[in-house]
Amino acid sequence: MMEALKVEGVEYIFGIPGGANLPVYDAVHGADFTHIHARHEQGAGHMAEGYAKASGRVGVTFATSGPGATNLVTPIADAQMDSVPTVFITGQVRTDLIGTDGFQEADITGITYPIVKHSLMVTEASQIPEYVHEAFQIASTGRPGPVLIDVPQDLGRAEIDYEPNTKPVELAGYKPSVEGNINQIKIAAKALASATRPVIYAGGGVINAEASEELRELCLVDDLPVTCTLMGLGSFPAPNEQWLGMLGMHGTRAANYAMDEADLIVAVGARFDDRITGKLSEFAPNAKFIHIDIDPAEISKNVAAHIPIVGDAKAVLTALTSEYRALQPDGTRLAEWWGRISEWRKEYPLTYKDSKDSTIKPQAMIESLNRATNGEAIVTSDVGQHQMWVAQYYDFPQPRRWINSGGLGTMGVGLPFAIGAKIACPQETVVCVTGDGSLIMTVQELATAVSNDVPVKVLLMNNGHYGMVRQWQELFWDSKHVAIEMGESPDWVKLADAFGCAAARVDDKADLDQAISDTLAEEGPALLDVRVDPTENCYPMIPAGAAARDMVG
Amino acid sequence: MDSGAPNLTELDQLAAETGSLTGRKHLLSLTVENKPGVLARIAGLFSRRGFNIDTLAVGPTEDPNFSRMTITIDGAKHPIDQVTKQLNKLINVVKLRDMEPRETTAREMALFKVSAPVESRHEIMQFAEIFRGRVVDVSRKSMTVEVTGPADKIEAFERMVRPHGLIEMVRTGEVALGRSPADS
Repeated sequence: MMEALKVEGVEYIFGIPGGANLPVYDAVHGADFTHIHARHEQGAGHMAEGYAKASGRVGVTFATSGPGATNLVTPIADAQMDSVPTVFITGQVRTDLIGTDGFQEADITGITYPIVKHSLMVTEASQIPEYVHEAFQIASTGRPGPVLIDVPQDLGRAEIDYEPNTKPVELAGYKPSVEGNINQIKIAAKALASATRPVIYAGGGVINAEASEELRELCLVDDLPVTCTLMGLGSFPAPNEQWLGMLGMHGTRAANYAMDEADLIVAVGARFDDRITGKLSEFAPNAKFIHIDIDPAEISKNVAAHIPIVGDAKAVLTALTSEYRALQPDGTRLAEWWGRISEWRKEYPLTYKDSKDSTIKPQAMIESLNRATNGEAIVTSDVGQHQMWVAQYYDFPQPRRWINSGGLGTMGVGLPFAIGAKIACPQETVVCVTGDGSLIMTVQELATAVSNDVPVKVLLMNNGHYGMVRQWQELFWDSKHVAIEMGESPDWVKLADAFGCAAARVDDKADLDQAISDTLAEEGPALLDVRVDPTENCYPMIPAGAAARDMVG
Repeated sequence: MDSGAPNLTELDQLAAETGSLTGRKHLLSLTVENKPGVLARIAGLFSRRGFNIDTLAVGPTEDPNFSRMTITIDGAKHPIDQVTKQLNKLINVVKLRDMEPRETTAREMALFKVSAPVESRHEIMQFAEIFRGRVVDVSRKSMTVEVTGPADKIEAFERMVRPHGLIEMVRTGEVALGRSPADS
C-alpha cells in the first residue's frame, strides 16, 4: 500500500491509528510521506478535504475500523456533496471475524454506499495496490469525489509482490467525457451571441477543472456579466466590473435579479441547488439554459437544459470561447442589459448599518480581514452567518482561496480545513473564520495545529448563538428561540491557551484592525475571539422556497 | 433578433430537454460487475433518490465476471432519464440499456397456486392450456400452474384464475434481451 501511495505522489496523510489499521500504521513508519496525526477522525477527514481543495491534489485519510470508520461518515458525505477528490482508507476486522459483530466491527462500506463516489472492499491482499490506484483515479478524474478502501486487518499485514504501476487503470464502467460535443458548443456560441440579457453562472466545477482563466477569457470576448455560486467564488476574479457578486439565498440583488430577468443563462460546473434557485417554478422564468457539466446526471436534474454540454469545464470553455469569438458578437447589444444591472447595483449594494457605539458588527470584522490580507489569504469557514458574511464581504481574486462546506453545510469543518490547506500551501496566510457554534464541534484539532506546528489563524466570530438558526427562528418561527444560546462557556482565550495556542479577545471596534493584524502576525497558530453584535441578521435573503425577486432585507 | 448575423440561434426556438416523465413502463437492462455489494448499491440508489423498482431480476451472464440485472420501473412516476444517468454513474454498472419495447423480447415466469376442487379443476387446466402454462403440482384441493410470458400475459392469467381462489402467487420479474435483426 505504501509503495502504491508513493507512486500516486502522496506527500501527506491525515489520520488516527487503531487496532484494525495497525498493519497500515506499521508501514507508515519509514514511509515517504508525512503523517498528520489528527485528534478525531472527522477532523482528519476534513483536513484531507482542506488539503485537496487548496491544492487540487487528492487528500488521503487513514482511520481504524468501527468507530474510527464511522467518524469519517461526515467528511465522506461532505466530500461527495462538494466533489472533493479524497481517498479514505479504513481498517476492518480480520476476514474471519467479518459478519460476526466482532470488536470494533462496522460495515463501513455498506454505511457509506450512498455518500461515496465509489468504494472498494479488499477481499484478497493482492488487490491492495491495484485498489489504491483505482481509488486515486476515480477520486481525481471526472467529477471528483470520495473513494473508500476498506482493508481487513489480516490482509493489511500480508506480504505481497508489487511492481510500481504508473499506467492509468482500465475501468469498464467508468469513462468520464471530457471534450464537449462540438456541435452543441457551436449552438451554444450562437445562442450566446444572440442573447441580449445573458448571465454566466459559474460554480465549483470551474475550480475543480482549473478553468478560471478560460472562464475569464469567455467573459472578456465581449462584456458578459458573471455571477458565482458559494462554491464558485474565486473562479472569476472579484471585485470586477463584470462581476455581479454571489447569487442565491444570500447573494446580491444584482446577481439574483439578473438571473430573474435573463434571457440566457450559461451554467458552468454548477448544479442549480435549491439555495440557488429558490422556488424552482419561478426560477429565471424568462431564460433558456446552456448547462455545461462533467456529470451528465446534473444536466436537467433540477432545471431542464436547452443546450446541454457534457464535458470538462476547461475543455468546453476553451472551445466555446473560440466559437463565440469567431461569431464576432456585437457587444453593444448588451448595453441596455448593463444599464439595468448598474441600476440594481447602485440601488442595492451590499450594506449594513454600522454600530453607533463600540460594538463590532460581524460584517465589519470581515471587511477588516479583507483589508488586512488584501484579499490574498486562503480563507476557510464553518457554516452559518459568518460563512455568508465572508462570501459577501471578502473579495476572492483567485480560485482555491475560499474553502467551505457548501452542499452538506457541515459545521466544524473550518479549523480542520484550515490545517489541511496550510499544509498544502505553507507559504500562504490561512485564516479560519468560524463561529462559536461551529468551532466547538471540532475544537480538539487546535491540538493538531499546535503539535504539528501548523500556524493557522482562527478568527472566531463570537455572537454567543447559533446565529443563523437564531435568525430563522426570529424571521420564520415567531421569534420562539430554542436551543440557540451558547452562553459564556467556554472561555475561548483560556481554552486556546490550554491547547498551547496564542489567543486574544477584542470587543471594541476601535481595536479590531489592530487585533486582527496582531493575530495574523503571530508565528504559530493563533485565535482571536471577536465579540460581535449577537442580534445582527444576514441580509439580503431569499426566504426558503421564495423566488429571487422576493428577496428581503 | 436584429443582431445582423443571419446564422445565430434564435433563443425562442430552443426547446428544453424534456427528460421528465414518459408515461410508460421502462425495462432497463444492466450489465454489472459481479462484485459484492453491487445489488446493495443499486437498490440503495433507487431508495435514496425516491425511485420505486417495480420488478428486479438478477442472474449470471455468458461472462462470469458480469451479471445482468433487469429492472422495470414506471416512467409515469419517475424521470427515467435521471434514473439511467444516476445508474450509469455507479462504477460497477458497465452497461445500461433502456430497452425499446418493439425491439425487445421480454419474458417473466410466475407460479400460481390456485384452489382447485374437483368441480373447477378442469376449467383451470383449460386456462393453463390456453396460456401455454403447465401444471407443476397438484393436490386434492389445489393446483400449481407455471406460466411464462410477457408481464401482461401473466397478469391476464392472474385475472382468469383469481375468481377460483388464488392461494399464493410468485413472479420472477421480467428478463429481456434485444431482438436481433432478421437478417443477422
